[in-house]
Amino acid sequence: MTDTEIKISIRSLYKVFGDDPLPALQYVKGGLSKADLLETHNHVLGLNDINVDVPAGKTTVIMGLSGSGKSTLIRHLNRLIEPTAGEVLVNGDNILDYSEAQLRELRKHTMSMVFQKFALLPHRTVLQNAGLAPSVGGQKERQYADEARKWLDRVGLQGQGEQYPHQMSGGMQQRVGIARALTSNSDIMLMDEAFSALDPLIRTDMQGLLIELQAELQKTVVFITHDLDEALKLADHLVILKDGSVVQQGEPQYILLNPATPYIKDFVSDINRARVLRVRSVMTKAPDATGERAGEIDHDDTLESVIALSEGDTSLSYRVMKDGKLVGVLDMRKLVRALVPVEQSDDPENARLSG
Amino acid sequence: MATYDFIFDGLGLRNWCGSSADDGGMTSMAQLLAQTSGGDVEVSPWETPFPSMDALHDACPSFPQSRELTSGLEQGFLAIKDSLKVVVDPLTQPLSWALNEALWVMQAVPWFVMIPLLMLVAWAVSRQMKLVGLVVICFGFLGFVDYYTYTMQTLAIIFVCAVTCVLLGVPIGIAMSRSDRVQRIMIPILDMLQTLPPFVYLIPLIFLFSVTEPKLYGIAIILYAIVPVVRLTDLGIRLVDPDVIEAADAFGMTKRQKLFNVQIPLALPNIMAGVNQTIMMSLAMVVIASLVSAPGLGVLVLRGIRSLELGVGLLSGLGIVLLAIILDRVTKAALARINVSQSR
Ligand SMILES: Nc1ncnc2c1ncn2[C@@H]1O[C@H](COP(=O)(O)OP(=O)(O)OP(=O)(O)O)[C@@H](O)[C@H]1O
Ligand SMILES: [Mg+2]
Repeated sequence: MTDTEIKISIRSLYKVFGDDPLPALQYVKGGLSKADLLETHNHVLGLNDINVDVPAGKTTVIMGLSGSGKSTLIRHLNRLIEPTAGEVLVNGDNILDYSEAQLRELRKHTMSMVFQKFALLPHRTVLQNAGLAPSVGGQKERQYADEARKWLDRVGLQGQGEQYPHQMSGGMQQRVGIARALTSNSDIMLMDEAFSALDPLIRTDMQGLLIELQAELQKTVVFITHDLDEALKLADHLVILKDGSVVQQGEPQYILLNPATPYIKDFVSDINRARVLRVRSVMTKAPDATGERAGEIDHDDTLESVIALSEGDTSLSYRVMKDGKLVGVLDMRKLVRALVPVEQSDDPENARLSG
Repeated sequence: MATYDFIFDGLGLRNWCGSSADDGGMTSMAQLLAQTSGGDVEVSPWETPFPSMDALHDACPSFPQSRELTSGLEQGFLAIKDSLKVVVDPLTQPLSWALNEALWVMQAVPWFVMIPLLMLVAWAVSRQMKLVGLVVICFGFLGFVDYYTYTMQTLAIIFVCAVTCVLLGVPIGIAMSRSDRVQRIMIPILDMLQTLPPFVYLIPLIFLFSVTEPKLYGIAIILYAIVPVVRLTDLGIRLVDPDVIEAADAFGMTKRQKLFNVQIPLALPNIMAGVNQTIMMSLAMVVIASLVSAPGLGVLVLRGIRSLELGVGLLSGLGIVLLAIILDRVTKAALARINVSQSR
């Protein structure tokens, strides 16, 4: 992942909410915790020394519990919130140096946003809502109609352009929200809990839609969620926030197998690992392996599918293929071991944590 | 001698007061009474007077009486009146002009053009046949009982005043919604305008303008009726969903675009509710304003009171009620149409 281009780079970003944030910031830099800052100085620590690189063309998921600062962080990327200290580089430019006009250009052309509560304009038709970005840029409806209609069709809202948002269900409204972001033709899409207000089935649909769109368009997506399953489903890069600080970031599979802190261990202990973990994360790298194997599997298969293939026989092992080439072998015993959250070695600690 | 002598004696102000309490000039009613009943009567503690201006004047003639305060206010007002007129007169002249024109137009257009025109307006605003029918019945009735001209005069005044209220009130409301400071300043003023009895508006205005000028009642009506549209514009804009505002920001709208494309359209139901209230209050005030020569149905009500013509009073009262119903229903129907198109 180190060789991919970096689209957005967040450098030592701090945000303190309150009347006089600068002195309070000094305490934070001195190591005062969020709870103590609130108690002793009546300021809220929103973000604490955030450093994140958002890779271009990938989906970066920021995840954390309620109040961990996710919304605050994503709103710094288009400066809906001003930081107390730090830098936000977009395509190498520090957007904190931007003038109002430059900032509006950035928001119109470089970044678009999808909101948890949809935030459509209720007095405008679906088509006009989808065309918000061009209409802000001064285009008339007939100028942007084709583009807007194209994206409405793409998100599955054929022929509904003349309706008003209140005539649609939540899922459909969020499709309009996504079409609105796509119509701006920006490289970067910010999504703040975009699917959290939808019921589970619709939500799965929308996740599928996003994955499809990503395969096709390769936008730089920053997606916020408090749901680990959703995070693991969508993320190429996962950032875990707690009380305004990043506790761990990296490839989701890696975080799952190597949780950095007890907090994350706890966090990941409840998920269905067989469905999330991929063969590539648990296989033994052996490009020139020989010997008798039960068959071939792809490096991107989930462990669940391999278990189904082996019919539960733990004595087997498979050749792992990537683009038709052998990259390693997977022993079923190793696979089963990976399904248990934590390695044998620190078993006592694990027992204490989950107990 | 008087109850509060001790205050001035105690403060050593006796010299300032002058020697005696009855050195001519203005005398209070109490003094006159005391004089006629013969000299000083010892007051029992139970009847100790409130330390009012008059009571203190009794003790010290240099202390002003309360009627000197009121006449002082009057003098003060008269003193600044001329300079005030220099500013206010040209500013308000367009109002006189608009009222005169509107009155002339509404009366000059013949009834067989006017009534269909009003029907058309009712239809355009409400899209309800029912209301068009109501307009025909009401104006037909008022015309039938020979109140057509009066009704048109009242309508003309309400039209001009309500339009002025909207033109002034909406921008003031917007300014209030954008700045907490403006809001803090405006709210007491609006409270005052709203609670002041409507007759009180008339008093300083009568001094300021001549009774023959239409702007006299125009201003009185506007001051009284502008409050709801200001308040509801402010409220409406402040109530716009912050998520939608955030979306507007996130897509790079300028402040101006936000105001005209998001805030005002979304506040429109509230603004229209304010306009409805403003129209109803103009109607209420137009009756009172007939005291200062506003023409229209109010004149008939006044005639009913002055010369005890019960029939005239009742019929013109009914006319006002009919007018109120029409104006209310039509504006409410417009409001309902806005609400339907943007409810979520
Ligand atoms: N305008 C503000 N003034 C003061 N404190 C704020 C403000 N906005 C956010 N905070 C605080 O900053 C912290 C992070 O808030 P944020 O909204 O970013 O959380 P979140 O992770 O998005 O939570 P959720 O999942 O509930 O949306 C919270 O403690 C919150 O109270
Ligand atoms: Mg949030």
